[in-house]
Amino acid sequence: MKKLLSCILTGVLAFGILPIFSYAAEADYSRFEGQGISLNVYNWGEYISNGEDDSLDVNAEFEERTGIKVNYTNFASNEELYAKLKSGGTSYDVIIPSDYMIAKLIAEDMLEKLNFENIPNFEYIDERFKNPEYDPANEYSVPYMWGVVGIIYNTSLVDEEEAQSWDILWDSRYIKDILMFSNSRDAFGIALKRLGYSFNTTDPEQLNEAADSLKEQKALVQAYVMDEIFDKMTGGEAALAPYYAGDFLTMSEDNPDLAFAIPKEGTNRFVDAVCIPKGSKQKEAAETYINFLCETEIALANCEYIGYSTPHAMAYEKLDEETRNNLVAYPGDEVLANTETFVNLPDEASELVKNLWTQVISTNTGDNKWAVPVLLLLAIAASVAINLWRRHKKKRDEALY
Amino acid sequence: MKKAASRIYMLLVFLFLYAPIIVMMVFSFNESKSRTVFTGFTLDWYYKLFQNDVIISALGNTMLVAVIASIASTVIGTAAAIGIFAMNKRLRSFVLNVTYIPILNPEIVTGVSLMLLFGFIGLNLGLTTLVLAHITFCVPYVILNVMPKLRQMNISLYEAAQDLGCSPVRAFFKVVIPEIMPGIITGFLMAFTYSLDDFVVSYFTTGATSQTLPIAIYSMTRRKVSPQINALSTLIFIAVLLILLLMNIRDARAYKRASQNKKGDSL
Repeated sequence: MKKLLSCILTGVLAFGILPIFSYAAEADYSRFEGQGISLNVYNWGEYISNGEDDSLDVNAEFEERTGIKVNYTNFASNEELYAKLKSGGTSYDVIIPSDYMIAKLIAEDMLEKLNFENIPNFEYIDERFKNPEYDPANEYSVPYMWGVVGIIYNTSLVDEEEAQSWDILWDSRYIKDILMFSNSRDAFGIALKRLGYSFNTTDPEQLNEAADSLKEQKALVQAYVMDEIFDKMTGGEAALAPYYAGDFLTMSEDNPDLAFAIPKEGTNRFVDAVCIPKGSKQKEAAETYINFLCETEIALANCEYIGYSTPHAMAYEKLDEETRNNLVAYPGDEVLANTETFVNLPDEASELVKNLWTQVISTNTGDNKWAVPVLLLLAIAASVAINLWRRHKKKRDEALY
Repeated sequence: MKKAASRIYMLLVFLFLYAPIIVMMVFSFNESKSRTVFTGFTLDWYYKLFQNDVIISALGNTMLVAVIASIASTVIGTAAAIGIFAMNKRLRSFVLNVTYIPILNPEIVTGVSLMLLFGFIGLNLGLTTLVLAHITFCVPYVILNVMPKLRQMNISLYEAAQDLGCSPVRAFFKVVIPEIMPGIITGFLMAFTYSLDDFVVSYFTTGATSQTLPIAIYSMTRRKVSPQINALSTLIFIAVLLILLLMNIRDARAYKRASQNKKGDSL
């Protein structure tokens, strides 16, 4: 009883004192102590340093320093995140979408404007990543990780020279040795870039042309995949696959035969950034969390754990020299000049991409075009025949008696 | 000759059923993260598993939801089955058919409609909605398992107990419940397993504060599903196997004892 009372008293006292402290130090993490605040953080799976292999457990560290409880949940795609936000019923405080999804969320007024006074560490972010295309005035997001898409190839099967163009993914010599993205945006992006168009084109003719070339490619593709790429490429089951640079670095540890090429036609540069969605009840605490992610040691720990490239200038400086000079993780400026970031497509274009992608996926490449309907018809015929025969038999049996 | 052929056939069937699990178990001891190349033996993944907050808290949530949902649905389902059993024939077949619907319904329809319902009544998605959703799809399995036992039961037993001085409530607990107990237990176990591995319904009804294991695993697919999951699945498989073995041994003993008693009686 006494303990309870003292707890309540401390709580009341803390409340009274807090406003005075909150103006004190810029990055004062202890000001939320004892308020029983919890933050709902929604991030990609395996996308934060979690204490494994003696790395830093970022969420535990944050909880310890601030006294704020972190409810950490995961999603697997931007579209999943969007659906969860749109359906309502649950409120998130911190989310980490990719570039084009941020643009979409801004356009639909689903993000809170950040108060950068609570995020002083934003100054450490590399200038190249401030004011990005998806958030031109940089009001809604703080970059978290970035990387480029390129071709991962097996050097024992594919010639280095040839891998420098997206054309190689359409090369019939590698039939059934090619893997392809299973998400529409990345797959269409590659097809468009190969034809010399923009990743963000809204021209229906160009999109149709891309869809046709994807259908043509389908005969050569072994599988449309996401994370299965890791096993197939390291196990040598496939020779070519487009994927993210950071993941290539993980794969090459297991299989030194793998190499990475950034095609000359140009490629996609993606950025995943931290935002606060509308409906967050703990905006200030959420901003503190974002600021915490931008602490140099935290950004460094995340970068080392995830293996993607960091937009945090100070954390970059602290990386070991080999990583800093790695042209896969940190390509030179002339390569980056030839990259494009996804922006949000207008509804009409994204609807078209979705429909065309469904067509691509459902096109039959083999000669078994008729197999499914024929089998279906046979099954129906068989069940009708069995029923008729049973009825006939029943009648005959009845006639006997 | 014939015997050998049947043995081989049986072996093939078991291989077909258990090969994936064996592969998974072997790769939980693999040194590298690869799922195709075995590079060396290690227990690292087991060690790391217990340090991984995301997986452990997801496992905790999954277990919590499964236990609450299966107990609640067993109670509700058993009561419902007894109620349905007491109905007249026409009403009974109607209600039974209605309880079939959630089973036949594609899970995605159940999930989406529950999500809409929770949104409509203004319930915030979270652990509560997750448990409610799981109870919803578990109840029919309990009813379907208890019904046959009720049909097998001799109703005169219950009446006899009352004739011998039991109050209806006491007769119910002393006679009816023990008679249908095997059905209740199978129903409970089925509800538990369905709740444990449900993905689709959980996916739509979970909120920002609770995440179950299947959802945590699915969310790893952009990066890479960690071999820690293999380690965890191996542990779960072994736990289930042990429970099954223990139950079988207990049953076998009880059976032996019963048959011995019978012999004793006839002497």
